Amino acid sequence: MAQNEFWQGNKAIAMGAIAAGCRFFGGYPITPSTEIMEVMSEELPKLGGKFVQMEDEIGGIASALGASIAGKKAMTASSGPGISLKQELLGYGYIAEIPLVVADVQRGGPSTGLPTKVSQADVMQARWGTHGDHATIAYAPCSIPECYTLTIEAFNMAERFRQPVLIMADEVIGHMREKITIPEPGSFKVVDRKKPTVAPDDFIPYRPDEDDVPPMPAFGDGYRWHVTGLTTNEWGFPTNDAPDIDLKANRIIRKVERFRDEIVAYREDFMEDAEIVVVSYGSVSRSSLRAIRELREEGVKVGHFRPITIWPFPDKEIAAFSKNVKHIIVPELNAGQLVHEVERAVKGNCEVHGKSLINGELYKPAEIMSFIKEVA
Amino acid sequence: MPREDVKKLLRSKFMPHIWCPGCGHGIIMHAILRALADLQIPKEQICISSGIGCSSRMPGYIDACTLHTAHGRSLAFATGVKMANPELTIVNVMGDGDGTAIGGNHFIHACRRNIGITAVVMNNNIYGMTGGQASPTTPEGAFAATAPYGAIDPVFDVCKLAEGAGATFVARATVANPMQCEQILKKAIEHQKKGFAVVEIVTYCHTQFGRKNKRSRPTDNIKYLKEHTVLKAQADKMSPDELKDKIVVGEFVNIETAREYTDRYNDVIARAQGKA
Ligand SMILES: Cc1ncc(C[n+]2csc(CCOP(=O)(O)OP(=O)(O)O)c2C)c(N)n1
Ligand code: SF4
Repeated sequence: MAQNEFWQGNKAIAMGAIAAGCRFFGGYPITPSTEIMEVMSEELPKLGGKFVQMEDEIGGIASALGASIAGKKAMTASSGPGISLKQELLGYGYIAEIPLVVADVQRGGPSTGLPTKVSQADVMQARWGTHGDHATIAYAPCSIPECYTLTIEAFNMAERFRQPVLIMADEVIGHMREKITIPEPGSFKVVDRKKPTVAPDDFIPYRPDEDDVPPMPAFGDGYRWHVTGLTTNEWGFPTNDAPDIDLKANRIIRKVERFRDEIVAYREDFMEDAEIVVVSYGSVSRSSLRAIRELREEGVKVGHFRPITIWPFPDKEIAAFSKNVKHIIVPELNAGQLVHEVERAVKGNCEVHGKSLINGELYKPAEIMSFIKEVA
Repeated sequence: MPREDVKKLLRSKFMPHIWCPGCGHGIIMHAILRALADLQIPKEQICISSGIGCSSRMPGYIDACTLHTAHGRSLAFATGVKMANPELTIVNVMGDGDGTAIGGNHFIHACRRNIGITAVVMNNNIYGMTGGQASPTTPEGAFAATAPYGAIDPVFDVCKLAEGAGATFVARATVANPMQCEQILKKAIEHQKKGFAVVEIVTYCHTQFGRKNKRSRPTDNIKYLKEHTVLKAQADKMSPDELKDKIVVGEFVNIETAREYTDRYNDVIARAQGKA
């Protein structure tokens, strides 16, 4: 029997994580993400999982990485300043190839900024916040049901590609309450990391399979291996050898880029005959859709494209429709972060209009309507 | 030469090691390996974790489940490892800078939680790897790359810090007495069932600290350590003035009745599941 609930976004993220098999959470309180850890502290022990409130955000991500290395699906969550603190260890997760899910419930910044106000200003932090090169996978849910399903998807991708994956919610989505029909267990896919099939003495820890992803045992599984944030060769041994560095540095990017088409997710509405397209994500997409519905009734040919993965960015898909439209409008709750990616994808095929709102408020549908009318 | 059972714990593939010839860190690794071999813990069940620094390169050379993390963060990683798999025996090694400066917060909270990890602070009074900058354990008046006029920052007493923060086993030894290191490490590793154990092993960095402080040869340092070591029993009878410059070695805390964190978390699980 499908069960209906009236949940907050943060609760849906936590419950989605549990449905995906998450059994460890390490975190530190920060508005507007805190409810995720509160729910985890209550729910995880019911299933024999573990929760630990660490001394800071760095400890939160560090403990989650440690738990993942010891074989548990693990998660941490934070907002603004806390995500900034986690950046070094996000990088660790990418290079050491540790599955992990990080929920970022975005608030206004920089610094302590606007703790209780909405923003989408971590788009570039998610992509480039840590030093060094890596591939990023990040989901932007726009509803409570999506908080649940995309968190499951984030775990699946983290396990499959052995790396951190982000849920980029925002304050409005995190704190909003909405009806959710809980998917039955078994009705969705749950991916577990690949384990080695060779005997422990034949195990080469970072030798990838054909898919560029090496199998991963857990500490305590009978395999002995070395995990480090240094660039290593296949043996996990630190290297300064240019060919070895090349292999590792490129593989951790390639393993995701190769499967980009399987990862990229987006949604299109009213796009068939659209001459104007609004590209928006997260909470903003709700205002956009409302505006578009109303304008469609007035006969304005406007459509909506919503990136669900903001990383990898759906550039090919945007490039494809950009040839058939006159204007693309990108309203976002930052000073213009994703609009650069849109411009990059569009390559001058049509006009791109970035719209930014950074006063802690959400766009009202009327405001988006007026952006559309300006160009219509 | 190491014993056969000790040699088996080495990862010769990762050799040669990066340590300067004669560095005290090797003596500590050998003592840890002897302690682990004596305790007969299967390699697959041993986790050696570390942060960043010369000392923190140790896990690479040990044939077990090894984890070289970020500067200062090893105890937070190890906390997650232990929570995920309480059966593992975890020896977390770190330098004085790694453990008490950048990792100070994780250190005091691991003590407070009393989680079953054995933390070894390899105290050489300096940041070795980055070229001899002052650390929170650089003695007042000593010279360092960032204390060209002599350090004025008061030093941390690692053992008192651990005791104050709630560690249930705390001890100190020096590399001048490797047998004592081994004995203390064995007790500290066994204490893991009861909680967090801290062993400060006073060592030296002859190339960085030594060069600037008239102790540039390994032998100068061993001699210095021998001359300045005082057993706890003796120290108890000495005045603060007499104890200036002295390194007090021995066991400071050993709470036999302590309860370990993951064990206590099982109570949470039982309560959450309505079984308690
Ligand atoms: C976040 C961060 N800050 C600084 C460094 C640079 N760093 C590398 S090793 C080290 C000092 C290590 O000193 P210590 O922990 O005392 O160990 P030792 O080398 O003396 O054994 C520092 C500061 C780093 N790697 N990461
Ligand atoms: S620099 Fe100092 S601490 Fe590092 S290996 Fe050399 S002697 Fe040891």
